[in-house]
Amino acid sequence: MQALKSAFRQLAGYPSAMIGMILILILIGVGIYAPIAIPYDEAITMWRGGEEYWRQNPRTVPPVWYNWFIENDLPESFDYYSDNTEVATRTDVPREGGGTQSTITYTFDFQADQFPQELIVYMKATFATKKPFVSMLWITPDGREIRVVDVGISQTETYRFGQDTRLTRRIGGLPANQGLFADPNSEELKPLKGIYKLVVDVRTFEEGDTFTSSEFVMHGLVSGWFGTDHFRRDLGIAMLWGTPVALAFGTLASLGTSVITMIIAAIGVWYGSWLDELIQRITEVNLVLPFLNILIMVGVFYSRSIWTMLGVTILLSIFGAAIKTYRAIFLQVRESPYIEAARAYGASSMRIVFQYLIPRIIPLLIPGLVLGIPTFVFLEATLAVLGLGDPTLPTWGKMINDANNNAALYNGFYYWILQPAALLMFTGLAFAMVGFAMDRVFNPRLRGV
Amino acid sequence: MSVESQVQPTAEAAPKRLSPAMQSITRVAKYTIVKLVMLFITVVIGVYLTILIANMGGYVDNIMRGEIRQAVADRLNRDPLYRSMQPDARQAYLLSQVTDEEKRLGLDKPFAVRSIGYLAGALQLDLGRALNMSSDSGSRSVRLIILERLAPTLLLMGFSNMFLFFGSIFLALTLSRNYGSFWDKFTVALSPTSSAPPWFYGIFFILIFAAIFRVMPFGGMIDAPPPTNQWDYAMSVLKHLILPSSAIIISSFFISIYNWRTFFLIYSSEDYVEMAKAKGLSNRDVESRYILRPTLPTIITNFGLLVITLWTGAIITETVFSWPGLGRTAFRAIGLFDTPVIVGLTIIYAYLLAMTVFLLDFIYAVVDPRVKIGE
Repeated sequence: MQALKSAFRQLAGYPSAMIGMILILILIGVGIYAPIAIPYDEAITMWRGGEEYWRQNPRTVPPVWYNWFIENDLPESFDYYSDNTEVATRTDVPREGGGTQSTITYTFDFQADQFPQELIVYMKATFATKKPFVSMLWITPDGREIRVVDVGISQTETYRFGQDTRLTRRIGGLPANQGLFADPNSEELKPLKGIYKLVVDVRTFEEGDTFTSSEFVMHGLVSGWFGTDHFRRDLGIAMLWGTPVALAFGTLASLGTSVITMIIAAIGVWYGSWLDELIQRITEVNLVLPFLNILIMVGVFYSRSIWTMLGVTILLSIFGAAIKTYRAIFLQVRESPYIEAARAYGASSMRIVFQYLIPRIIPLLIPGLVLGIPTFVFLEATLAVLGLGDPTLPTWGKMINDANNNAALYNGFYYWILQPAALLMFTGLAFAMVGFAMDRVFNPRLRGV
Repeated sequence: MSVESQVQPTAEAAPKRLSPAMQSITRVAKYTIVKLVMLFITVVIGVYLTILIANMGGYVDNIMRGEIRQAVADRLNRDPLYRSMQPDARQAYLLSQVTDEEKRLGLDKPFAVRSIGYLAGALQLDLGRALNMSSDSGSRSVRLIILERLAPTLLLMGFSNMFLFFGSIFLALTLSRNYGSFWDKFTVALSPTSSAPPWFYGIFFILIFAAIFRVMPFGGMIDAPPPTNQWDYAMSVLKHLILPSSAIIISSFFISIYNWRTFFLIYSSEDYVEMAKAKGLSNRDVESRYILRPTLPTIITNFGLLVITLWTGAIITETVFSWPGLGRTAFRAIGLFDTPVIVGLTIIYAYLLAMTVFLLDFIYAVVDPRVKIGE
């Protein structure tokens, strides 16, 4: 114990170890925060829920901070509900002869240098027989009023500005996402900056009919802190949830592998004879088996669940090269006087293995364990890149895989690959820096080297 | 009398005790045979396990049966003659066609029999015919499929790994001599970067050199269409080789140097090295005779294992760079449930590994006089 303490004190002398430690703590913090902020079920629904959950996002756009690095600002996406009093005002006036006249006015500041992708209004109403009638009016910063649409709506209605050809004709042949924003006094096609207003005027005709709500969505060219993918999914979910998944997979695989390997090596050495021989033979057979191929086969044929993969990974890594290293050390330790003393007082074999042999080499185990974590984190990403990621969980590797499948690099969606890659690198470096420093502290052969 | 008594013991001992040379030979022979048998058993078990896994307890058979039924039904439905048959006759014909196809792929026999067949064929390097895959020339022979892909893999893996191996040993020796210098610290500081696998650096390289600067191709091995001129052809392959091989090299360059450097440092603190230095030998002599020589077995082991890994190819790096090598073939074979190809790749790997392990023991004895075979 004292030795471990002093070893950790030595470790504090390595700046790289300290930086690594801080990075690991940040990662663990994010790993704990993710399930609290977005519970598991919610995350899965948000990741796999379908168009209904992603409709308010634009398709494959970079994150908002992309604007900090470019000259021409890209419009930011928004999603305004009619009950959001910061951006919308609603007045309801009863009409003569039943029904109400509702007016919802959205106000937003548009300061971008480029046109957005699309504008959509989602409406909900309840009525008995006669359809409510909606008219929308667009008011530009310079005071022009453009009639958008006059239409009777059903219980749920979606109005897409860009798909309305009549609107396109009315604003001079430009698609709505450009025509409504275009600066009329400018020679070139560019948006007019300033305060825009959208007035949604709804008339219901019978007693009891109500216009429930409207939702005004603008698909900009940047969205969220992490951007979106080809399904309009917010990549933030995968970035956030990828952290606990990667940490759990890496740690469990590394811990499982090294601890079980050590126990098997210790038992083999202590009992000797045929058991030791058997363990050695299994190790040699395992060397012949192609590790990645088998993992891929399990993924393709059987199950891509991350737990299956974890189990197979551990199973195939237990009888690895490490078992030989541990065996060599245990063979030396076995001859130590303190083991002989333990035998003399009549300690059982199990007691000797677990109380005397294994604790002796824990200092050697720790650096290997820490260094193993990034290997397994990257292994999970590797499998995902091959399309064998867990089918339900959002992970970093799956983001890279999606990006690769959609030729993200070729199409210039760099953020899509760079963000998960940066996190992978971050994780890899953090554990590797700590692991290398630990190796130098704990490994007597490396002292002073 | 006295002469006779002196000769007597030797004459008697001769039949019982072999001469030292003969003793060595029998010892080595016995060791060789035991070792060969053990290695062979290991290979057999390893390959058989792969066959079992490649079949997943009959699961793959079911997938293949389903696929065969689907394919046969699709093919027959396009046949006007078949469509004009009576329903009963049609059903019977479909069944007979399905049975024939299953027979062609060997699915009519129980898996236990088939697996032994695969194993026996594989052990004799009779790799058989692929179920679904075919080589570029259209052959279904597993041997041809593998041979066709071998050259690109050896080119990529050979080039990058040889560079990595010799480059890092050379640099490590230099660094271990200049222990504590700037470059030494630099390498140590950079060694954690090797926790990322080659494909990871690969995507960065593609991003920088292919997507942004457009100076390198995104992937593949040759321009399309391939140049007819031989010189241009070679240049084109070389150009496509740069990114994937740099990815492989960079991903383990620093860790490799770090490991060798530490290894050499441990050996250069041995007493006999200090002694050699004290005698005033030149750095070169100390390096080659007192550091490299005793570490030669380790270097050779690593080289041997490296040569085997060349053969397996790099599944992901080849996939990311669309490099037409064995790694990608293995990945495709798994996706197509093509057991003969998977087994073919495994058996060659297993044989190469066994051969290397076997040879290494003898090489140790040759390069290191302290090692004696069979003791």
